[in-house]
Amino acid sequence: MRLELANITKSFGAHRVLDDISLCLDSLHAFVLIGPSGGGKSTLLRILAGLECPDSGSVAIDGAALPRDEESLRQYRRGIGTVFQAYNLFPHLDALANIMLPLEKVHGLPRPEARARALETLQRFQLEPHAHKKPGQLSGGQKQRVAIARAVAIKPRLLLFDEPTSALDPEMTAEVLEMIEELKREGRDLILVTHEMAFARVAADQVAFLAEGKILECAPPEEIFTTPHSDPCRRFLGKILRY
Amino acid sequence: MPPEPSLLRRAASLLLALAFITGVFIFAFSTIGYRWNWPGVWAYRGLFVRGWLVTVVLSGISLVTSTIIGILLALLRRTPFLPLRYLSRIYVETIRGTPLLVQLLIFFYVVATAFGIENRYVVGVLTLSVFSGAYISEVIRAGIESVGKSQLDSARAIGLTTVQTYRYVIFPQAIRQILPPLAGQFASLIKDSSLLSIIGINEFALNAQNVSSYTYSNFESYLPLALGYLLLTLPISLWTQSLERRNRFET
Repeated sequence: MRLELANITKSFGAHRVLDDISLCLDSLHAFVLIGPSGGGKSTLLRILAGLECPDSGSVAIDGAALPRDEESLRQYRRGIGTVFQAYNLFPHLDALANIMLPLEKVHGLPRPEARARALETLQRFQLEPHAHKKPGQLSGGQKQRVAIARAVAIKPRLLLFDEPTSALDPEMTAEVLEMIEELKREGRDLILVTHEMAFARVAADQVAFLAEGKILECAPPEEIFTTPHSDPCRRFLGKILRY
Repeated sequence: MPPEPSLLRRAASLLLALAFITGVFIFAFSTIGYRWNWPGVWAYRGLFVRGWLVTVVLSGISLVTSTIIGILLALLRRTPFLPLRYLSRIYVETIRGTPLLVQLLIFFYVVATAFGIENRYVVGVLTLSVFSGAYISEVIRAGIESVGKSQLDSARAIGLTTVQTYRYVIFPQAIRQILPPLAGQFASLIKDSSLLSIIGINEFALNAQNVSSYTYSNFESYLPLALGYLLLTLPISLWTQSLERRNRFET
């Protein structure tokens, strides 16, 4: 995947969350965004997910610019799998129905096919025993894995994760990260916002450090984690890697 | 929640509660030395039945139309187009802030006359629906707003259209919040239909009132009236409770 960001700016009220961000990365497969909270990582990811529009600037993926009107954005979002920190499964539907809903209503698969594809996806991630449980009956890790299965089932061209493990305990975090790594190994392109530095280090091919609305550094993980150039990045990594 | 008591225990408790209430009433009536005259009222039973049927039909139609009005108003409150939002807001505040009696008179003497609606039953249903619709819209709006922003994010992220989002994500979750107060509103609507008697609609309450004045037997006329309304409101209440149980899920 080729990702181009040109002069992206986004403000919420008086607060400038993204401040003139530009970036161009070629043959990208796993892109990880790190940085302090409130630094603009999630907002950038939401823009890439087609959930927000930048105030100015443009995004292009594989040469195609992201649209700005809601209808075209919706078309764009159909091809993207987005996973949120809070899982965001539909609580009134069981795991199977959660996965079937987009397949059936957005991608127009006939019901039996949607069902078969959803079951197949659950099976693949050893989630089959939970097919008929509602989110309220699942653990945090299971919920997040079902949410990832829902995002994967539509065969998206790109997977986006917004702090997918921040609400999970270490064991569940490992479960979820394992699943993400498996997806990476099978060749899916993914962009991930995370605080799991060890994971970023092994899984990413490029890491960007965002703080105060700017990308202060963008480099392969070995480089950014061993020889960070900017002071904020050095301080951030020093703090976060100390324990 | 405490564990479910056994069937026998529940039946006995219910009987006890009913016996207590009946006891209070019997005591009250015997203390004032009321002399019952049921045969006089029995002669007019046809009037009760006809009035009750009119009330059933009027309330039934109003229930459906007021729900439609309520849904439309609640959706209007969420449109990006500001004048429509204000319109819905003003409608709801005005209707909820004024007595049904006044609305009924204005509708009957002014609006109906101006628009050439001659059938008083139509005016009655219309007023009742307009009135109840305002309350229902607030119930529905609260239900819709109870569905969190993260759910809307998720719906957008998977590519649902706005209509699909309401259909598959918002309404199924909102309904759980909506049902209990909606049932209360339906019960109110049925009881409020008794006010239609003031524009001369021969519904249940007016007929009972007439029987009372023919026979001079107030309680014998009004007790069946109360029972007749209970017969309509109680099933609604029970039905909603069962719906609530079926729609229960953890968030």
